[in-house]
Amino acid sequence: MTFISKRNKRWEREKQQALDNRLELVKEGFTRRALISMGLMTGAGVLIPKVGLTHPSVGPPQDFSSSTRTQCDFGNSPQPAQVFVDPMPIPPELPSRPLTDPGLQFGAPPQICPNTAPNPANNNLPFEGRGQFEGLPRPGTDCFQFFTQYPVQKYYVERIRANSNFRICSDTNIPNQLIWGFNLGGSASTDVATFPGPTIVSRYQEPWLIRRFNELPTQSQNGGFGVPEMSTHLHNFHTAPESDGGPCRWFFRGQYFDYYFTAQQAGFASTHAPNGDINESLSTLWYHDHRIDHTAENTYKGLEGFHLIFNQFDTGNETTGFRLPSYPQFDIPIILNDKLLDPSTGKICFDTFDFKGLIGDVQLANGKIQPYLDVNKRRYRFRVLNGGPSRFYELFLTDPLSPSTVIPFWVIANDGNLLPTPKQVTSFRISVAERYDIIIDFNQVKSLIGSHTKVRLENRMIQDDGQGPTCDVAAPGTGIYCVEFRIGSAVTDNSVNPATQPSFYTLPSVITPRITRHFEFDRDNGQWVINGEFADCGDLRFTVTQNTAENWVLTNPRDDWQHPIHIHLEEHQILSRVDNNGRYDSRSGDSRTRTSFGGNCPWPGGGAGISTTRPGVPNVEVSRKDVTTLQFDEDATVFFRFRDFRGDWPMHCHNTVHEDHAMMLLFQVQPNVIDNNTEP
Amino acid sequence: MAKITRRKWLVAAGTTTAAVGVATLAGKTRLKAQEATPASKHNYNYKNVSPRELIQRRHLPNVELITQDSEKVRFYDDLIKDKRVVIQFMFAQCKDVCPIITHNLVKVQRLLKGRVGKDIFFYSITLSPEEDKPKDLKEFAKHHGAGWTFLTGKPEDILHLRKSLGFFYNKPKEDADRNNHSGMIMIGTEPLTRWAHCPGGSKPEWIATVIRMEMDAPLKGSVNGVTQPDVAFSTKRPVKESKQAMPAGHMH
Repeated sequence: MTFISKRNKRWEREKQQALDNRLELVKEGFTRRALISMGLMTGAGVLIPKVGLTHPSVGPPQDFSSSTRTQCDFGNSPQPAQVFVDPMPIPPELPSRPLTDPGLQFGAPPQICPNTAPNPANNNLPFEGRGQFEGLPRPGTDCFQFFTQYPVQKYYVERIRANSNFRICSDTNIPNQLIWGFNLGGSASTDVATFPGPTIVSRYQEPWLIRRFNELPTQSQNGGFGVPEMSTHLHNFHTAPESDGGPCRWFFRGQYFDYYFTAQQAGFASTHAPNGDINESLSTLWYHDHRIDHTAENTYKGLEGFHLIFNQFDTGNETTGFRLPSYPQFDIPIILNDKLLDPSTGKICFDTFDFKGLIGDVQLANGKIQPYLDVNKRRYRFRVLNGGPSRFYELFLTDPLSPSTVIPFWVIANDGNLLPTPKQVTSFRISVAERYDIIIDFNQVKSLIGSHTKVRLENRMIQDDGQGPTCDVAAPGTGIYCVEFRIGSAVTDNSVNPATQPSFYTLPSVITPRITRHFEFDRDNGQWVINGEFADCGDLRFTVTQNTAENWVLTNPRDDWQHPIHIHLEEHQILSRVDNNGRYDSRSGDSRTRTSFGGNCPWPGGGAGISTTRPGVPNVEVSRKDVTTLQFDEDATVFFRFRDFRGDWPMHCHNTVHEDHAMMLLFQVQPNVIDNNTEP
Repeated sequence: MAKITRRKWLVAAGTTTAAVGVATLAGKTRLKAQEATPASKHNYNYKNVSPRELIQRRHLPNVELITQDSEKVRFYDDLIKDKRVVIQFMFAQCKDVCPIITHNLVKVQRLLKGRVGKDIFFYSITLSPEEDKPKDLKEFAKHHGAGWTFLTGKPEDILHLRKSLGFFYNKPKEDADRNNHSGMIMIGTEPLTRWAHCPGGSKPEWIATVIRMEMDAPLKGSVNGVTQPDVAFSTKRPVKESKQAMPAGHMH
């Protein structure tokens, strides 16, 4: 439980009890609908039995008028009658296209500098959205860096479209949904957008270019939320600003935007020319909309997809290299999202008037409500992504018929970066935008669950609102089940056994930083701030000297919010996590000094423990990272290199609702500039 | 807090008949719940209501407010419907953040080059309706050179409006601090169901840019010849707006 004032404590306790009891009933196998039909729960989620069970939903005790009780809010979503009845979709792979493809020839073929020629068919906006702001070209900006040194080998097209017939489950109680998503690149209307978007599969040293078209409907056709201005970020490839899809580089309806990637590891134009440091290889990435002020609603609308990158070690073939389970048969991406459905219409809803964060009561995996996946009795690699918008998960494997059975598995990568060697865990905690690659050996699992044949990926993190998780983890079997794995027959398994502790990449060396800078992530007069300032596309807050290294101390001074902090450009490493218990209590609005959070704060590491060399850092976070979650009252010190490219990138909170409310800054990297501001 | 088990809960619940019933059923149904069964009959009474109307019902109450010129206006009908709006909360005695933000908005008004009161409407709503009478707001506006509409009203209406617009904290203590609601400004184009926020403490140039982007971006592109019609400004100007004060002379 988070530290709370005495004043609120009783209410907090009652609310928690109500939730816990409801969860227990629901997880026992009842759906909300079943309870309602039995007369034990009202439509608003109120359990009828008395004593601590009466809190209507996991929300604040607001004195809203009665009209607002039918809100798009936790506890109000229509639910399907049954879960685990739909197979988990696996997104199709995006096909590459010849340069002669009409999409790639539209306006002009991809070129080093933006195609700013006016398109008479599109209100004379430039053909391409690159190198513009507010639709006005900025000549000479955003030409591709290293475009001629690393010629494009693979071309792709994606068209961003609306799809009003999207199904999140087969149950007809839940209507077709309007989503915005990415299609497979074809111009035909039958090439519809999906959620998640197609998986893009690349290989290092094979430079690629993606042309994205904005073919969204008009603003007034947004279904209540979403803005049709697009910027697609590849999270977190080592990318120049012009192709990074940052918050300030969006393009309009009818425009296209060419995104070019050198396909080289970090260090390719500095420490490790010409191909980069193999130990900086990334594997599990994702792409998503990043339009400033509107990222939460746009990603929530469906603008998210996986991007996987292989190389000579992480090959996608279990008989070569690191011998990780073969893609795509035994290497499967899973994006988790929680949604709200509007009680009035059954449609996915999003409250654009909220700025604290959104917690859903409908759990999706790869775009389906609580699906199942048939698996064989062998090892699988799952690439688990928290697609947001605001929920934190702690994921366990649970035998629903025997929830107390402890089922271990292996973490092999954090934020898409292979660890030096696999770590055995019983759970992992994943905040928005983080990725965990895990290996589940269903042969081993089967030996633990005996005659049972199903295990489920269960979220046991208790979270009351969008501010952040509590410190409580639900009892086994009482959390939210996300995916059901149905274990079938044994098949050949040539993949490496993580128990043999194979070596993957070594961690890049941590060198003496040129400077240590401090950043405090706080809330001030209802506004999100970093060092007291706000997001501003016109304000590059500080300059990092190109090809140097720095330490950044990221501070969360609050004991009632958590923030997953994402930094673009390169991966960083967490050097320490320091719990500042009590240091900031005077700022929290509560006078009592906290002695301990209790429960599971800070996160104890999922069974793999805390590092002996990096204070407070869980062993599964002794890794390269691109999202560092700031827990309550915490300082996290991260080590960061800034190599190869010049330009501007953001650092921001990836609770997308906080991000949209200005918890973001832009920094730039330039050669021969010395900026010694330690609190920029 | 210790997680309660169902057993503990049953004890706590006084083992009412209903609770026992649930427990028994739960035990029996647990296995079945995992099996696929045909979707049951449609049980939800969905209505064909537009997203715009849902937002109006939930967030844009039609409460009666009073301008600094003592005119009675309806929040939704007169101030929001079919308009591009910028909404902000303040109070006249505010010494903390409001003066800075009002000062910023005065600069933003100038940066928007005559659009405020014409196709973009600014509203400052008091958080202290008990204290802030129309004349106080008029004085505040004059003092700051703010040429837009300031609003007060019945305390319960203002509270309802504030919470409907999303300006509230979960912790009562934080919620009671008026300064906590004075920072963020809202930017909306009501007929296009497009809403955004910008910190009022940002640089005026950036606030003006955000407002311009919010208001103008929907009209920029077209796909297959389909462009967003400018529905926001196609309706006639409301009577009330003709009385918006011009910026005070000393601010030129």
